[in-house]
Amino acid sequence: MLKWIPLLPLIGFTINGFWYALIQCRPGAKKAGATIPGLIATLAIFGAFLISVKTFLELKGMPAEGRFVEQHLFNWIHVGDLDLKMALRVDSLSTLFTLVITGVGTLIHLYSIGYMSHDATPGKFFAYLNLFCFAMLMLVMGSSLPILFLGWEGVGLCSYLLIGYWYEDLEKAKAGKKAFIANRVGDLGFLLGMFMIYTHFGTLEFTKITELLARGDFIAAISPAAITATCLLLFVGCTGKSAQIPLYVWLPDAMAGPTPVSALIHAATMVTSGIYLVSRLNGLFSLSHTAMMTMAVIGGLTAFFAATIAIAQNDIKKVLAYSTVSQLGYMFLACGVGAYTAGVFHVITHAFFKALMFLGAGSVIHGMHEEQDILKMGGLRLKMPVTFVTFLVGWVAICGLPPFSGFFSKDEILWNAFASPHGSKLLWVVGAVTAAMTAFYMTRMFYLTFMGKPRFDESKMGGAHDSHAAHGHDDHAGHGHADHGHAPQGVHESPATMTIPLVVLAILSIVGGFIGIPHMSWLEEWLEPVIPAHDPATFTAGHTTEYLLMGVSTLIAILSIAYAWKTYTNLKEASARKARHAKLHETLEHKWYVDEAYESAVIQPIYEMSVKLWKNVDVAVIDRVVLGFGRVSEWTGQAARTAQTGSIQVYAVMILIGLALSLGYLVRGF
Amino acid sequence: MDISPVGFYLFAGVAIACSLLVVFKKSPVSSAFSLILVFAAFAGIYANLAAHLVAALQVLVYAGAIMVLFIFVIMLLSADEPSFDMGRSHPLVKALVGFFCVALFVMFVWALKKSDHGQVLVGPYSVAAVAASGGNSKVVSQLMFTRYILPFELTSILLLAGIVGAIALAKRNLGKEGK
Amino acid sequence: MNTENLVAPWVVQSFCAMIFFIGLSGVLVRRNILVILMCVELMLNAVNLSFVAYAHQLQDMGGQMAVFFIIVVAAAESAVGLGLLIAMFRTLKTVDTDEIRLLKE
Repeated sequence: MLKWIPLLPLIGFTINGFWYALIQCRPGAKKAGATIPGLIATLAIFGAFLISVKTFLELKGMPAEGRFVEQHLFNWIHVGDLDLKMALRVDSLSTLFTLVITGVGTLIHLYSIGYMSHDATPGKFFAYLNLFCFAMLMLVMGSSLPILFLGWEGVGLCSYLLIGYWYEDLEKAKAGKKAFIANRVGDLGFLLGMFMIYTHFGTLEFTKITELLARGDFIAAISPAAITATCLLLFVGCTGKSAQIPLYVWLPDAMAGPTPVSALIHAATMVTSGIYLVSRLNGLFSLSHTAMMTMAVIGGLTAFFAATIAIAQNDIKKVLAYSTVSQLGYMFLACGVGAYTAGVFHVITHAFFKALMFLGAGSVIHGMHEEQDILKMGGLRLKMPVTFVTFLVGWVAICGLPPFSGFFSKDEILWNAFASPHGSKLLWVVGAVTAAMTAFYMTRMFYLTFMGKPRFDESKMGGAHDSHAAHGHDDHAGHGHADHGHAPQGVHESPATMTIPLVVLAILSIVGGFIGIPHMSWLEEWLEPVIPAHDPATFTAGHTTEYLLMGVSTLIAILSIAYAWKTYTNLKEASARKARHAKLHETLEHKWYVDEAYESAVIQPIYEMSVKLWKNVDVAVIDRVVLGFGRVSEWTGQAARTAQTGSIQVYAVMILIGLALSLGYLVRGF
Repeated sequence: MDISPVGFYLFAGVAIACSLLVVFKKSPVSSAFSLILVFAAFAGIYANLAAHLVAALQVLVYAGAIMVLFIFVIMLLSADEPSFDMGRSHPLVKALVGFFCVALFVMFVWALKKSDHGQVLVGPYSVAAVAASGGNSKVVSQLMFTRYILPFELTSILLLAGIVGAIALAKRNLGKEGK
Repeated sequence: MNTENLVAPWVVQSFCAMIFFIGLSGVLVRRNILVILMCVELMLNAVNLSFVAYAHQLQDMGGQMAVFFIIVVAAAESAVGLGLLIAMFRTLKTVDTDEIRLLKE
């Protein structure tokens, strides 16, 4: 049964892929709408979701010790000592991920049916989306590192395909390329880390690695430096996939892809695979204090750094992208201080509210006719009520106000950063400041988008449906978008296929936090078999401090929101303030000039070296040799051609000569 | 070899002379008639070698049927224009052909002479034995219908295919002209 | 019969070889397909004689049997070959191999 979880999306991919490649791709083929491919893909992933739920319930009925389901599919590689089985294994950690992937995935697939309704090639889009789900599920369900790596590469490929989905636009194609290359750098680290593990542990299966990690004598025999190196190499892989410093640069650019893709891949699932890897191998990471330290510091820095950039971005998706980078930083901060459970918790809540916000942003973009600049929005609360309300929930959740989901997970992380044996006060300060900035830029974006007065000229968008959109969105959603592509109309609410996922995700964002309420955390208990719980005694502060800190961070968030609200209510004042800090603002708007630095420090030298190699080696040596071969064979051919007279008798003379020579050879010593 | 030298050399001389004529005569008809003489001379040699049935067939099939066919085709196509077409061959081709033919011939003669050890590994069909069991024709016929029955039957299929092929070739062209 | 009066086997075989090479050179240098076919018959006969001579020398009937089959094949070959020749002549109006170079076109 287990195998059907990844198989169903694969089947969906096969159907849509073949349908697209063999039928829709042909010139003159009838243009297929998004509905049928979308339904195929959605049903496939929904089926996977149902099986995931069933698996989850199965696991729930098991005792904590043996809480896993395994299915061996076939023997993959058997070389020497290496015996790799293609096997799926779902335990308490991966079942959470499969639930999130298939659950959020289903909602996003459903949403895409509406969102991609005007697209030229929806079949291709849904095929890629399903392929992504397949790869992601393999990643979290694989029983060994190579299978995880298979999924790891698969999601990278799908991410590349989907970022560059509208590849006719050079910028978008470039963004896809950037993501792929940045990921390759990380993947190399992962691969090397995997080799290290095989060298020292002699196995790549998670269960066996965990068993070995539990044996003190075995661990003592491995040099600490090797363990640190392994962890750091694996972490390099995570910085690529999960967009941490220094490889985070691809994620903001990845927003070139369709918005559902940004929600699914670049917010909810793929980018969290680094967290999954770290929590899966938490026993290994916990052995190396240096690696933990590095992870916490990198995570904290990324969280802070990305938040600063997000403040100055005007593109709604860019703000969300940097926010994602920042939140991922939080998760690594959690893992770095040993609070893997908190990291996973944040993965789940973040998946809910960030997917919600991305989909909300997509709805806004859809309703605004591809406008992404928040400075040109405003006042959308009246035009798009459902989007507004759901986005509001997402906003409150990410700002960390109780009792929304973001509050619980974020405070869990902050508390661990403060009090865990691996943590420090400084990390808490970084986290708290980041939380304040998060509240600030999210409020800014929320206010500029939905509150205030409209700053767009609706007459330019048509405006015929002005009043219609304002009070009759349900009706509007009902009759769909048949006329949308041709007759321009005003800002409007999105169709039901798009708003239903928003509502569901909003509900999840509200209640999602209750699985991890401090001190009665269901999550912690659930993850016990995979992630050993903290011993409270090792914490450097008591409960009183914990509640105090909770209050402090809530206060910080509220203050920050209020400050942002006040600032952007008066836009003139806001822009005057911007002018006063023009230099800082410009730096932030240009993302600390990191892209430019990479360009001149890494890309340009490589480019120049490649040009030199091309001119001096490729053209001068290799091409000449290859062309030389061509010329020699051409010349030989020309020479041999003259022998082909077409006269049988001349051929017969050749036979005669050959006969004479060979017979002469045979009888020479007679 | 117990054959009369006089008969052999006589027939051999005629055969060599006439086969040279086949090659060098300008007119195809002359070549064809020379070829008949070659076949006749061969028949003589066969008879000399006590292969009486082969000799008879040589005359019947070669000198009779096949040569009639040749003459008939020459007449049919009116292709009897004398032309010494050998002259058109490239001198190099002629030189190569001449050289290698002579070289191979010399090689053959040398090898044959060297490897000639008289009667070795003789079989049961000496001339006397064949004569005693009813003559060459009888022995050959018996063998043909016993030991060689399978190739014999196969030749009948081959001949059938030849007949069908010849008719198909001729008939298609007639049909074309009819249109 | 005394030995001096006998013809040595190698002489008979050399005679066959000579006829064979005369035929072969004819095939190679003549341009008239009819004559070429005749030269092929010459070569076949040379081989036939070689068979019969060996049959006689080794007192074995196999050689003569082979000759029968060769004669049959030669007859079929002549019939089909001349049929082809006629068919070709009707379309190409020539029996000259210099003008028939279908392998090159």
